[in-house]
This record gives sequence, C-alpha cells and structure tokens, in this order.
Amino acid sequence: MPAIEATVTSLARWGRLAIGEMRRGSRRIRAALATTVVAGLAVLTGCGVGGTEGGSGRNAINFYAFNEPGGSYDKAVEDCNKEADGKYTISYVKLPTDANQQRELVVRRLAAEDDDIDIIGMDVIWTAEFAAAKWILPWEGENERVATEGKLEGPSRSVEFEDRVWGLPFTSNTQLLWYRKNEVGKVPDDITWDQLIDDAVEKETAIEVQSAQYEGLTVWINSLIAGAGGQIVTEAGDVKVDSSAAKAAEIVSKLGTSKAAPPGMATNKEDEARIGFEEERSFYEINYPFIYPSAEAVGKKFQDSIGWARFPRTVADEPSRPPLGGINLGISKYSETPDLAFEAAKCMASEEHQAIAAELGGLPPTTESVYETKKVQDAYPFADLLRESIDEAAPRPVTPAYSDISLAIQKTFHPPDGIDPGSIESKLKDRIERAGEGKIY
Amino acid sequence: MEAATATQDTRRTGKKSDRARSERRLAYMLCAPAVIAMLIVTGYPIGYAFYLSLQKFDLRFPDDKEFVGFQNYADVLTSSTWWSDVAVTSIITLISVSIELVLGMAIALVMHRAIFGRGPVRAAILVPYGIVTVVAAFAWRYAFDPASGFVQGLPLISDTAAPLTNQAGSLLVIILAEVWKTTPFMALLLLAGLALVPDEMHEAGKVDGASAWQRFTKITLPLMRPAILVALLFRTLDAFRIFDNVFIIQPGGALGTETVSILGYNVLINRVNLGLGSAISILIFLAVILIAVFFVKVLGTSTAQQTGEAT
Repeated sequence: MPAIEATVTSLARWGRLAIGEMRRGSRRIRAALATTVVAGLAVLTGCGVGGTEGGSGRNAINFYAFNEPGGSYDKAVEDCNKEADGKYTISYVKLPTDANQQRELVVRRLAAEDDDIDIIGMDVIWTAEFAAAKWILPWEGENERVATEGKLEGPSRSVEFEDRVWGLPFTSNTQLLWYRKNEVGKVPDDITWDQLIDDAVEKETAIEVQSAQYEGLTVWINSLIAGAGGQIVTEAGDVKVDSSAAKAAEIVSKLGTSKAAPPGMATNKEDEARIGFEEERSFYEINYPFIYPSAEAVGKKFQDSIGWARFPRTVADEPSRPPLGGINLGISKYSETPDLAFEAAKCMASEEHQAIAAELGGLPPTTESVYETKKVQDAYPFADLLRESIDEAAPRPVTPAYSDISLAIQKTFHPPDGIDPGSIESKLKDRIERAGEGKIY
Repeated sequence: MEAATATQDTRRTGKKSDRARSERRLAYMLCAPAVIAMLIVTGYPIGYAFYLSLQKFDLRFPDDKEFVGFQNYADVLTSSTWWSDVAVTSIITLISVSIELVLGMAIALVMHRAIFGRGPVRAAILVPYGIVTVVAAFAWRYAFDPASGFVQGLPLISDTAAPLTNQAGSLLVIILAEVWKTTPFMALLLLAGLALVPDEMHEAGKVDGASAWQRFTKITLPLMRPAILVALLFRTLDAFRIFDNVFIIQPGGALGTETVSILGYNVLINRVNLGLGSAISILIFLAVILIAVFFVKVLGTSTAQQTGEAT
C-alpha cells in the first residue's frame, strides 16, 4: 500500500513541522494543524471507501483465493497476465490461512456488494451458498462447456446448484490413508475403520485424523456417514439423518476412547496430524496429499517408507466415500468486467496450470486427462488412486445453509471422546433442522 | 457568579430573564456537538441493532427478509446453546474477577507501599496490561499447546497433561490468561482507592493497638469500598463480554468454551444471520445493563462518590 505509506510519511512531516512551529510560537501553527487533520481524513477515506486490495483500473482483475504456499497460483496468474498481453491484468489477493476466516472475509465483501472482487477461489462447499445468495454469475454456453468438459465426477458436481453451473473446477483434493510400510506392512484398500483402529491398538500406535471442532471434522463425519450409505442433505435439499450417523459416531467414539487416539485429538487439524506422522508418533494418518511432498523435507528415506491406501470403509460391504475438497473459480456478480474475469479464470484453470498446481502445490487436478501427464505421474506415484478417490468422493451437503449445518455437525460430534452414539441421531437431526431454518439450537 | 444569581432569581420569580434564556441556549449549543456525536456513534448503532433484531434477515437470503417481532429473542432464549454459553461466561467472569480482586489488591498494596524503585515496580506490573490481548492470548495458547508448548516440560506438571484438549483445562487457561492480562488494571483502580485512605487513620489505629490485619479490614477496606465496587463493576462488565482470549485460545469457542460474545460473532459473522445475531447482541447489552444496575442500585456503587469523599 504505497499510497498509505506516502500519506503517513507526509503526516509525520506535517506533525514535525507543527511541533516546530509550536515551539517557535508562530501563527502558522493553525494552518499546519488544519493540514494535518485534512491529511488524516485522507488516510481514513483512502482505507475505507476508495481503497482496493488488489489492482484497480479498467483491465484489472482481482483474484481472491487462499494463499497457495507452493506458488502454483502465483505462476498461473503470472502466465495468464503474460498471455493476455495487456488485455487484462490479474492481481492475486491472498486470503487468510484459516478456512473459516477465508469464507468470512469473502462473504462480508460480497454481502456488501464489493466490486473489488472479480474472481473468487471458492472452496467446494461455498457453491450453493454463494449461488443462492446471487453473489456469483452462472457459467453459460461456451463458459459452461469449458467448466465441465473432461472433469472428474466429484469436482463437476461441486459446481452444480439447481441445474446450473456456478464455477470452474480448478484444483481438487481428497484424503488417503497414509501409513508406514516398514512398520505396519501392506494395508488393503478395502480396510474398514474398525479393523484399522483394532490394528493400531494392537501395534500400539495412533491414527492421525482431523478432529478439532472445525470444518475438517465435518469433512471426516460426512465421509463416514456417506460410507454407510447415508446422506445428510438429499439432492432435493431435505435433511435426512438416519442410522448412518450413529455408525459414524461409533467410529469416532471408538477411536477417541481407544489407545489409538493421538494426543490432542480434540484439537488436531491437518498440520498437527502431519507433524504427528512425521514425528513417528503415529504410523497411520488420514490426510490430503500435501503431506507427501512435505515428507521429502523430513528425508528421502522417510518419504520412501510411506504407503497409501484408499480412505477406510465405514461398513465392510460398501466402498468408502472419500472426502472431496478443492477450489472452484467463481465470478462475482459485482465484478465490473465479468467477461474479462471469465476469460482470465479459464486461462488460470487450464490443464497446464492444473499440472503445475499438482507439482508445486500438491493439489490434485480436476480434469481427468491431466492425471496422465508426466508431471502429475512423476509428482504422485499414487495418482491413479487419487483420481479414483476424487471420482467416487462424497461431496459435502449442497445447500445454501451449508455453514449453519456444518457448525451443527461439528458441535454434535465433538469432542471425539465424549459423544454418545446412542443419542446422536435425534440430536443431529434436531440441530441440523434448526440450523437450516436459521435458528440456534 | 452572575449566572448563578440569575438562575436563582428566575427560580424565585418563576420567570426567565432574557439573559438566563440566552445563557441556557448557549449551554444547549455547547452541549449539542457532544450529544449529537454520542447519538451517532452509540445511539444509532444500538437502535439499528434493535431494529435488525426484530427481522428475519440473513444476508445470504435477502429475499426472505421479513418482520418477525420478538421471534428471534424467543429462539435465542429457548435454545440450550444460549444458556450453556451464559453459564460458561458467568463461570469465567466470576472466577477471573474474584482472583483479580485478591491479586489486584495485593499488588496495589505493594505499589502503594513501595519505598524505593516505585516507578520501575509500577511499570513492571503494568506491562501485561499494555500487551495486545490477541498477542498475549497466542502466547498462552502456544505455551499450553499439547504438541509444542513448554508448560508440559515444566517440573511438577505431568507430561501428558494437555489442558487445551478438554473443557475444564481450556477454561482454566482462558481464566489464567484473563487474570494475567487484567489484574494490573484492577490493581491500578484499587491503588487510586488506597490513596483515599488518610494516613492519620492508620496512625490512630496503630496507637489504639490494632494489628496490621485489623487495620486493613477495619480501616482500609471500608474506606476503599467505593473504589473496590467501581473496580469490580468495570471488570465484571469487561469479563462478561470476553471475546479475544477465547477466540484465540480455543478458536470458535470449541470444547464448550463458547461465551455469549463468541456466539454472537458466530451467528453474525460466520452465519451472517443479522436478525438472530442482533437479537443476541441486544441480549448481551441488556445483560451488561443488568450487571451495572445491580452494582449501582443494590451495592450502591457510585463513580462520583469517590471524588466526593476525597474532598
């Protein structure tokens, strides 16, 4: 913010001047003070009303997305700006690292009809909420074709709401079961949670999961429920809580009260899980593939000892439904240059940039054919398992009241060692229904 | 003096002289900027929040906006979340303010009696109060972090103790952080009260053979009563609205540490439900007024009394 720095410097200069004048007892002090006040007001208005976070100007496109630490989003922005050759200039505005705060910031700005946002890097769960609030533009015609053609099942469903397409799937994500080959041997892809927990208890190790009271817990619970054939919100938008919720609660409770519960289970998120696995506290870990490039930093030997299997099953006779994450590019309704924004978004989410995101950021592609490229195959020895998991993943509830429902799930299934599977079904149903109606429980 | 005589005159005659009237007008005009500023910065937001609280209004569903009267209040007051949050908030308030009062009093006595190094002692004690709450809260959170905190490594503390992974432990850490942070404020208010106790009283007590403890309970405390009540009032009002410490130490009010302010934040900012969230804000506002009224009417706190007795 060079403008603010300049103003602050001039303010400081005026301040010194004013004090100097005061000492000299001159009458010009009034003028100096008045100027200081005016300059101060200029700072205030500069920040509050006319300020922009990213670039401004007629061709400026601001891209609000989470801070991708691998630098792949920066690379996409840079490439597209070069390609556009002045037609548009994308600025990448990085959102806070905390997932809840990312959403809060974007929602607050969209609700205030902020025209500073053009492209939003939307978490897969925001689609319904943003579309229902009419904050984003639908992808139609040629745009719709680009957004859906050749995409995997999971990501393409994550941009749909009420029979329209609301975003372009850029990067996807899912979780695998990671384990230490040399410590636990080979783990089959059809292992159930019950078997996994028993095995970990027997081997006196822990299973790292995301079980703090936050979105990551909803991710886990949703996959557990879907793995038992349940669906928290149906396609028609109705709340449907059945015995699968009790089954999910049994698994969470079983792990939470067992010796296989990692220390700090009630507050662990992705990073705590990664650290627990890297510090050899646990031989099992449920997590996103970013842990694989991260393991290389620990040591090549450690990385080579890591095995992977599909997300464990909730029940023995049904395939598991792994979680689905990822970023879809949405175009703000309040964008002043939506056509340019659509064009820029399509450029950023190209197959080439998806491959770069996989390589640099550990983010799985959304387009099926990208999995065949050498870049992705080299970066991920488990690329095929990733593709299969994303294709068969269980999306989280698609409903405008998603965040209310997610908060209700988090509260009901927390802490992992203190939930009662017997009463969870009615409790969850009641809370989700009340939350969905915009009430508190 | 002339003004005073003029008003007395008008009172006696029941008529206002031109002069008194113009002076009155001048007084109104001099007050006006302050009153208008107050109306804009406090009156308007409170009024607007009350207006919002009577609506069903969610920023995500702008079309569903409608007037629902006191429905939002009924929703909040019949929910178990609200009452459990009130309980948590009250526990934090009660325990932290009690500890602060005792500690603050001790520190105030030290500051009052410090013979040498008075400046450095006072400065050192005030340091926690000068640190940004969010920064301090992060320090507390990382100190107790189950994976990387140093507290587990201290002697006499179990290596497996992980207070931030259960409700009681989390509340304990939040209360500790709150006490650490605001005891200096309490001490400062009490120090001002201590200054009101005349030394002659103590000397008289000493001559009459009162012990140090008797002098403290029979002379210092009663004379300090107004100052103590004011300090308690300020701190209780603050503690009841506790937000930043909880927000950082147990994000989102997880593990049953949700206070009423965190609930308001979650509903207003996360769920962008302006109707319901405003109802919660107004209820918190009413609770704060109730606390203030309790202190002022029942316990007889008066912010003016302090100066009144001093003169």
